[in-house]
Amino acid sequence: MNTAVTIENFKEKFDSDIIEVIIRNPKRIIVTINPEAIIPVAEFLYRKEGYRFIIASALHTKKGFEIHYHFSKDNIGLILNIHVVLDKENPQVESLSNIFNASNWIEREMHELIGINFLNHPNQEKLISEGNWAEGVYPLRKEFK
Amino acid sequence: MSRKTLIPIGPYHPLQEEPELFKLYCDGEIVKDIKWETGYNHRGIEKLSESKTYEQVFFLVERICGICSTSHPFAFANAVEEIADIEITNRTKYIRSIIGELERIHSHLLWVGLAGHFLGYNTVFMWAWKYREPVLDLFEMISGNRNSYAMFKVGGIRRDIEETKIPVINKILDDLQKKIDLLTGAVMDDPVIHARTKGVGILTKQDIIDYGAVGPTARASGVAIDVRKDDPYAAYPLVNWKVITAEAGDVFAKAEVRLLEIYESISIIRQCLEGLRKEPAGDISVKVNEIPEGIGNGRAEAPRGEVFHFVLSDGSNSPARHKIRAPSYVNIATFKKSCIGQTIADATISLAAVDPCYCCTERMAAAYDVSSGEKIMNAFELINKSLNRTKELKETIKGRL
Repeated sequence: MNTAVTIENFKEKFDSDIIEVIIRNPKRIIVTINPEAIIPVAEFLYRKEGYRFIIASALHTKKGFEIHYHFSKDNIGLILNIHVVLDKENPQVESLSNIFNASNWIEREMHELIGINFLNHPNQEKLISEGNWAEGVYPLRKEFK
Repeated sequence: MSRKTLIPIGPYHPLQEEPELFKLYCDGEIVKDIKWETGYNHRGIEKLSESKTYEQVFFLVERICGICSTSHPFAFANAVEEIADIEITNRTKYIRSIIGELERIHSHLLWVGLAGHFLGYNTVFMWAWKYREPVLDLFEMISGNRNSYAMFKVGGIRRDIEETKIPVINKILDDLQKKIDLLTGAVMDDPVIHARTKGVGILTKQDIIDYGAVGPTARASGVAIDVRKDDPYAAYPLVNWKVITAEAGDVFAKAEVRLLEIYESISIIRQCLEGLRKEPAGDISVKVNEIPEGIGNGRAEAPRGEVFHFVLSDGSNSPARHKIRAPSYVNIATFKKSCIGQTIADATISLAAVDPCYCCTERMAAAYDVSSGEKIMNAFELINKSLNRTKELKETIKGRL
């Protein structure tokens, strides 16, 4: 299997949810999708295509809140970034932790540091600052100095 | 009637660089549940990085970890060079790989030493750390520092390896290889070490995939992932080497993978030194004008597994967002699988087996009864539990021989 095949499979299955596909090179692809499709997309990548979840990066930009979910297809060295843009006022998205445990900690961290709410997370407690950080203050947001 | 006992491991001890608190909930000798608290040493590096220039970030990320201090600059350089489409010179590639592999050798030796110390084999600890010294001397010779080498920059490295140093490095590697033969033989053939580590802290292939574990932890369970092979960078595609794997997934398999990886690292360094002779001296960096807007996903294989850096550039001279994932972040979460159901004496070596940069026994402070808060054991008694286990095994095995 190579990059072209895997990305064609993906496009075929999630045609209506894909907003943009950027292929930088055969090993780095960024796909922007509709946030509501994140659960079926993650399930498809993890269970059917054998991708490994590396980590997720939350960003606070002019567009609002964004998450890049980094998936790795190790046998072809591909990093597939699944990119979602969330609501500016009330950022929330479904948790992936019921599919694989790898996202459990990072979702807790994103909730704590940037204030994104993960729906149906098994245990969305604070990860880093247990009990010694103010509620509602998010250090990775741009307004935090 | 059984008492549920809470055994805290951590959060602070001079041996470890990452303070964390593990709470083992035990029923008698058996660990029933484990919880953790992290973030004692959260330094806000991701946020700090946004206020530094690309050149300065290298010095910042080098200080994330004191043991694998070159793997973060390595991954960051890969990310930034991806954004700016920078093609580095072959000489740079070779020297970067040499630094990366020397680091793997010293880190694995450090782990072998600590694991030996924990099992009650202080001679292994002394040996391993003694043989690690010449590697640190090599670092001093190449970079000027024993740790935190400051070798990396965007588009190149800061110091060249001169022709005259190559025979010295080869000589030290020759000596080291003999010592590693000795150490590997001593560890792999010892019946007590077999009895203490085989079948302990098993992680199955499915556990590894579920938790996304990486590095020797994954490779010891038969998951052959290695960034150096899967997504080649620096000089790794230019030299011959193989990915070491084991199938058992227990502590012994992890030790085996690490010890055998040292041989691969020595072989990679030798080939890189050969490669250096063919490249023009001093050709160690390319001119970098500016970093354009874009996204970079950089990764590198640290001694403990894949380091991942995500960099978002807005065209200015500092990253707009910099996300860092160290390998221990995913490996530590596997404790939930490897420790539950073990005895306390075995749980501690299972914790140490993923190499989270510390020796677990040392972190144990005391054991308390959950319901009454009454103290049951102190740290020395806990360490002795593990040492006595080894001693008993030695006696029984001696009887059989």
